[in-house]
Amino acid sequence: MAPDEAAQHETLLQALLNGKLPDAEGRFGPFGGRYVPETLMPAINRLTEGVYRLLPEKAFKNRLGSELRDWVGRPTSLTPAPRLSKEWGAEVWFKREDLAHTGAHKINNAIGQALLAEALGATRIVAETGAGQHGVASAAACARVGLPCVVYMGEIDVARQSPNVDRMERLGATVIPVTSGDCTLRAAIDEAIRDWVSDPIETYYLLGSAVGPHPYPYLVRELQAVIGHEARAQIRKYADLPDAAFACVGGGSNAIGLFYAFLADENVQLFGVEAGGRGETLGDHSATLSAGRPGVLHGAHSMLLYDDDGQIQETHSVSAGLDYPGVGPEHSLLKMIGRVEYVTASDSEALDALAECCALEGILPALETAHAIAGARRWAASNQGTRILIGLSGRGDKDMPILSQYPVGNRRNGEEAVNAAA
Amino acid sequence: MQPHEVLRHALEQANGSALVAFLTAGYPEPERFLQILEEVEGVADAVEIGVPFTDPMADGVTIQRSSQAAIKKGISLRWILDQLAARKTKPAAPILLMSYLNPLLAFGFDKLAARANEVRVSGFIVPDLPYEESAPLKDCLDTHGLALVQLVTPATPSGRLTQLCKMSQGFVYAVTRTGITGGKTELPLELAEYLGTVKAAAQVPVCAGFGVREREQVKLINQYTDGVIVGSALIEALERGESAAAFLKELRL
Ligand SMILES: Cc1ncc(COP(=O)(O)O)c(C=O)c1O
Repeated sequence: MAPDEAAQHETLLQALLNGKLPDAEGRFGPFGGRYVPETLMPAINRLTEGVYRLLPEKAFKNRLGSELRDWVGRPTSLTPAPRLSKEWGAEVWFKREDLAHTGAHKINNAIGQALLAEALGATRIVAETGAGQHGVASAAACARVGLPCVVYMGEIDVARQSPNVDRMERLGATVIPVTSGDCTLRAAIDEAIRDWVSDPIETYYLLGSAVGPHPYPYLVRELQAVIGHEARAQIRKYADLPDAAFACVGGGSNAIGLFYAFLADENVQLFGVEAGGRGETLGDHSATLSAGRPGVLHGAHSMLLYDDDGQIQETHSVSAGLDYPGVGPEHSLLKMIGRVEYVTASDSEALDALAECCALEGILPALETAHAIAGARRWAASNQGTRILIGLSGRGDKDMPILSQYPVGNRRNGEEAVNAAA
Repeated sequence: MQPHEVLRHALEQANGSALVAFLTAGYPEPERFLQILEEVEGVADAVEIGVPFTDPMADGVTIQRSSQAAIKKGISLRWILDQLAARKTKPAAPILLMSYLNPLLAFGFDKLAARANEVRVSGFIVPDLPYEESAPLKDCLDTHGLALVQLVTPATPSGRLTQLCKMSQGFVYAVTRTGITGGKTELPLELAEYLGTVKAAAQVPVCAGFGVREREQVKLINQYTDGVIVGSALIEALERGESAAAFLKELRL
């Protein structure tokens, strides 16, 4: 790296640490921005004003704080994983977002934005969902604040995450299967935006990850940062800071939520784990940061998987929540400046890790989460004796329709299982 | 005259009833692209060629369908520019490219502006590029005098509307309603007031579009603007196997 480039990266890191990013244009260095149809610009501007006014406000903070404590069940536990630690030759800790209400970190963001929508006078909420966790969280949060909720979900995801569809509907949401585009998370976001464009004044778009136009990447990071703040304080009660922290990266909300509190801790290595899917060919994975290049989708300039004509690529992952060709702009910056390293875990590695976590720790993690565990397991193999924090972003109950396609197996049978199911 | 002035001039020549037609490139059949384009140019005062994109978030079902079909048949920005380059005759009406940003980014703004100018494109409409983000593209288009058309909508606050009208080149694209393309716009009473405001602020012709499909609508809108834009309805006519020229003539009678 050229010396001036290194200096520029250091400047960007300091700006991030000093709370200066995103800047007034919604940029994280070269990434971010607001690439939306003109119809949405007034709504985006109103939302931005509301976010910067309400989030620091005492009354809003108190209201959110009590909802997080009394309704979501925060703080979530920090759990030592002794049998897994022994197996891996490392000291492993789980930050248990699976124990949060509705079973994943998504609720931290959903309740925060639902309160915001209410304060801004919205009369209706739309949301997208991939794995269904954000849809369930949105449905629950909307019921809690008393707003009607419409959830767009790709029809492929409706089939593979069916328990969550039922949950959303029982929580009062209307689920609309999306049959356009790639029929997964990407198409669900397209459709949610189309809905929002049709009614930008009354409708609030409750976006589920750290993606999209400014101010969403900022808003979602602020609402998810509670994960890392709690985890950092909790682990220090027992031990020193971890040597490394791992989180899975779809759009990047649980990862930025975990990492943000550790960015200034130079000795804590941070790893985002993307879905390596079934291979390295474009279309066989969802490894946006590892294999993508800068582009614009869903309102932001960020790393993206697209072909030479600029067409967005189909992606694949066994986990619906990671099956997305884009990623939040803050992660693109963190990769560029080298503060976070992004690696991949394949479908079969994730299935192995899931089985191991069930067998040794009595925890069924979400398939998304299993990617973080798989990434940590690989790192532990060459970093024996280290202390590792893993963001356990959600529980795996929703994945039963997928998991039941694979034989109940011992550990390390992921490859076989994938082959058997294929 | 600069390309953006050619566009403006062509619309002004229509004396308050300009017709701008949109078609998705290479749809329904790539082989008929230039033939349909020529037919449309024969009736319309300007033509928007839609560059198909996988994620057209501002478009309704018709343009989603035509875009997906075109991509499947291999239509790309590169293909469109090559087709235009291969034309023997000058276009009978100014041509605009309507594209989401990512295909333009992938091509490279610099190279794109030069090439577009070479193949006699007059300007661009980019539905996911609000003016706040438009400087990098606009700088490249300016080098060749190509228009960057701004859109305004009924949701645009008045200060912003004035600013957008001032910045727009070629014409101002007045979106008739909040929403996506296609369907049919019911024309509410407020429409007159909104279009009147746009017209008053604009320094170039104002053309209104989104959900325009019938002669009655065209007549009504033309009372307040310099013209109308027709997209989804034309694509649907092509899907029914009708002649593009006949459909457009019927609209503008
Ligand atoms: C449990 C769980 N973890 C992770 C993700 C991925 O999203 P993100 O990268 O925004 O955390 C999802 C998304 O659905 C999820 O349900």
